[in-house]
Amino acid sequence: MRAAGAWAVRGAAAALAAVGLAHTLWNGLTEPGVALAFGALVTVGELARRDRPGAPDHLGAPLGSAGALAYALLGRNAGLPTHHGVLETVAVVAAAALAGIVPHVARGCGPALDHLSRRVLTVAFAAACFQPLHHSGRLEQRLGQGPYLVVFLLLLLVLVALCDAVLAAALAGARTGRPYGPLLRDGLRAQLGIGPAICATGVVMALGAAAAGLWAVPVLSVPLLLTQLSFHRIAAIRTTYRQTVTSLARATEIAGYTPPGHARRVAALSCAVGRELGLSERELTVLEYAALMHDIGQLSLVDPVPDGATAELPAAEARRIAGLGGEVARQTGVPAEVAVIVERQADPYREQPAPARIVRVVNAYDDLVGANRHPGGSLAALEQLRLGTGHDYQPEVVECLARVLARGGRGRVVPVPPG
Amino acid sequence: MWGLPPAARGFVLCVVLAALACTVPVLTDSVTPWPAVTLLAVLYLGCELVRHCPLPGRRAPEGIGSFFPVVLAAVFLLPPAAAALVALPGGLAATVAQRPAGVRRVWHGAQQSLGAWAAGQVFGLLGGPAALGRGPAAGSAPPGWPADLPGAMLPATAAAAVFCLVITALDGGILAAAERRPAATTWHGLVPLTLAAHCVHGLAGLMMAVMWRSPYGVPAALLVLLPMYVSCWVFAQYHRERAAHQATIRALVQAVGIKDRYTRGHSERVGQASTMIARELGMAEERLEVVRFAGILHDVGKIGVPTRLLRKDGPLTPQERRIIELHPEYGHEMVRGIGFLGEARSAILHHHERVDGTGYPYGLTGEQIPVLARVVAVADAFDAMTSTRSYSRARPVPTALAELERCAGAQFDPAMVRALTDAVGRHGWHPAVTSDDDLQVIGDPAPAGVPGPGVRGPAARNGQGPAAPAPAAPAPAAPAPATGRDGGLRPRGARTARPAARTALGALPAQDAAPPGADGPGSQAPAAGERPGRDADGAGAGA
Repeated sequence: MRAAGAWAVRGAAAALAAVGLAHTLWNGLTEPGVALAFGALVTVGELARRDRPGAPDHLGAPLGSAGALAYALLGRNAGLPTHHGVLETVAVVAAAALAGIVPHVARGCGPALDHLSRRVLTVAFAAACFQPLHHSGRLEQRLGQGPYLVVFLLLLLVLVALCDAVLAAALAGARTGRPYGPLLRDGLRAQLGIGPAICATGVVMALGAAAAGLWAVPVLSVPLLLTQLSFHRIAAIRTTYRQTVTSLARATEIAGYTPPGHARRVAALSCAVGRELGLSERELTVLEYAALMHDIGQLSLVDPVPDGATAELPAAEARRIAGLGGEVARQTGVPAEVAVIVERQADPYREQPAPARIVRVVNAYDDLVGANRHPGGSLAALEQLRLGTGHDYQPEVVECLARVLARGGRGRVVPVPPG
Repeated sequence: MWGLPPAARGFVLCVVLAALACTVPVLTDSVTPWPAVTLLAVLYLGCELVRHCPLPGRRAPEGIGSFFPVVLAAVFLLPPAAAALVALPGGLAATVAQRPAGVRRVWHGAQQSLGAWAAGQVFGLLGGPAALGRGPAAGSAPPGWPADLPGAMLPATAAAAVFCLVITALDGGILAAAERRPAATTWHGLVPLTLAAHCVHGLAGLMMAVMWRSPYGVPAALLVLLPMYVSCWVFAQYHRERAAHQATIRALVQAVGIKDRYTRGHSERVGQASTMIARELGMAEERLEVVRFAGILHDVGKIGVPTRLLRKDGPLTPQERRIIELHPEYGHEMVRGIGFLGEARSAILHHHERVDGTGYPYGLTGEQIPVLARVVAVADAFDAMTSTRSYSRARPVPTALAELERCAGAQFDPAMVRALTDAVGRHGWHPAVTSDDDLQVIGDPAPAGVPGPGVRGPAARNGQGPAAPAPAAPAPAAPAPATGRDGGLRPRGARTARPAARTALGALPAQDAAPPGADGPGSQAPAAGERPGRDADGAGAGA
């Protein structure tokens, strides 16, 4: 069902692009210069994108999005009316975007089809809302060329952004199988970051080209280009940051305090459980870091805990180690929430923040299974966790863990990129 | 104000008076467009103040810098004196990190006013206003429709550059006056980057001015600011993430510091000394960063060494020493997943190799040892000798350098030793102290509970120093000398070494791990013949 929805979106985009291209090839471009300028902008935006595994799609090519929107909303060039229609807009944007992804595909890391489909459909939507009103002259009659037009375009772009978020949620839902609610929330939250800048650039580029000609296009694209570059650097830093935190997490294993792979397993399983419980991307990141670092307090112990299993320690001792871990985590520059989770991981679940409950359950599960003290393995461990739901473990989290395990659920976790 | 040196006080006073002189004509001028002036001034003030009020969920990152497009738009739209007035309130409200805040605020205001005035003059001279269209009042035809954007770009860029230069020059002047730094050094290195940033702000300001004059008016002009603001925000965010990342690197070291308090300050200093050597060798700037990380992280593998062994205060048995000598491999095992460390990873693995091939883990010789490992080895030994440890007193820098020279060729690469000698000769050795703990470690020669260095100093020093005649038993150490001869970067022994360490540890008799301080000075005597425990980690050239 979900997959069918995704294919419907892709099919619609492909059909629209094909019709647009056929129409444009048949009739020719109405203003080749304008089409070339905006097409070049979209191509440059696509060329400058760097896809990273795990990065949200919208960070991909803000400049390309802004250029495409500006072309859809362009009503005048240097004061004179323009005449390109919806189909021509779609054709130019689709062709330019395709040209821009050629090098990426050649390198074997082309952006997903979904990204292109979204681009084509949102541009078509924006153009369909604006171009007919503009060409019929009704827009000019009602609003004139003035501040009201700015307001109108902004409202229009809010609609476009909503449309884009819905499309993104639909496609991501088909891809990951996560519920639509959190996906849409994530999508809208992501729009709040760079989204307004993209929309503002789109509007102001259309108006700037109207007021000062096509020279305004490159000048106005500078801030977004810089933003895009900064995003790339941030993404690179985040990758190395993840690698470093993972290394830090392995410190306890190398020091012989915890069994090999424990931190990684707890992080992967915690994220799967968190996803099942509907946490947002940011909350998942925090959860992952906290799970990776949850045992770091053990470094302060002179003698290792037997098998590194904190689950079976006396509560006071476990809490003391957790507190020490919080202190270390605080020094690592991770978000403050991470340190709090590490610190509170051994508290009774009613006093814990939600992510700490997940870490506690998953850590206990891994301790119980990993040490092979239960011949029944996973089932016996879950049984033991269920027995502890009165005080230590949150029943909902334990059940969620059982569901994830029943699905074999560690599969869809983003691995740390190799160094 | 009165805390400043007289020269600085005079300088500030002059700048403030000049700024006032630039601004005052606007009050008497009858044609001043007051609505525009007010709007722009409030806008600039708002941009500065918005940093103080946290947005829902996220705060403006530190170091976002001043937001100049509004000022520059004012420069392009208004007469110079009015532009100077626009810059004033925002400058006065600018975030001030240090005291005295009052003087700094006044200074920022005056500085930006002067800059705006000068930029306005240049813009006028180059014919910018004509290219932009002379304002709604000037013509009857739709003004600024269409604007001559290419014609206005050159004057706008020039004005932004002048604005930047005036501000940088005034900053250099006040630094020279207040802190007696030579003005040339404060200007050098600042200019190209800031100039580029100001030109970008200038272009944004120009587009804002163009939109302001266009029929779409103020709302469209405000929209220009949004992408620019987001851009500045993201850039600052990048710097914050970078800082967070550096903090994580430090955390790796601090994790070791939990087990072995000496390590932390030592790591930073080795990083510093390694960078000095590398710079002297003429390495590229990016590689210097890698060298610094190699130095900082060289002992990170000590995490894998049992805490009791690290804290042990007596002589180590050969078995215990073998365990400690596994730390380069643990370190490499830990950091091998961190991509950006690059070469530093092999430096961590090989920093205890000796040029003559008697080092560990692989017993590489000469050129087989990675360059960075040779750098870190020298820096490590240098800092070990010049800082106070629980078992030896710090030695003066010249003595340490002489010892290094003596061991060059056998233990160290002579080129690295020479580079360190030259670098220290030129710049001196000023170890950075990173925290109070380190201060205590460095500054307090006799921490409570640990026998003072004076008591067993000679013994320890005999064993440790490079001066030690023929260090005893050089290598029962290298666990896998045969496999490592290829100079390979990956430790073939690393995976297998871990369980070995566990079992070795298990085999240790319990009474071996005596609590620190239990053994008196007397029991330290045998250390003279044998290397004292921590030598195995090798800071001493004898290791």
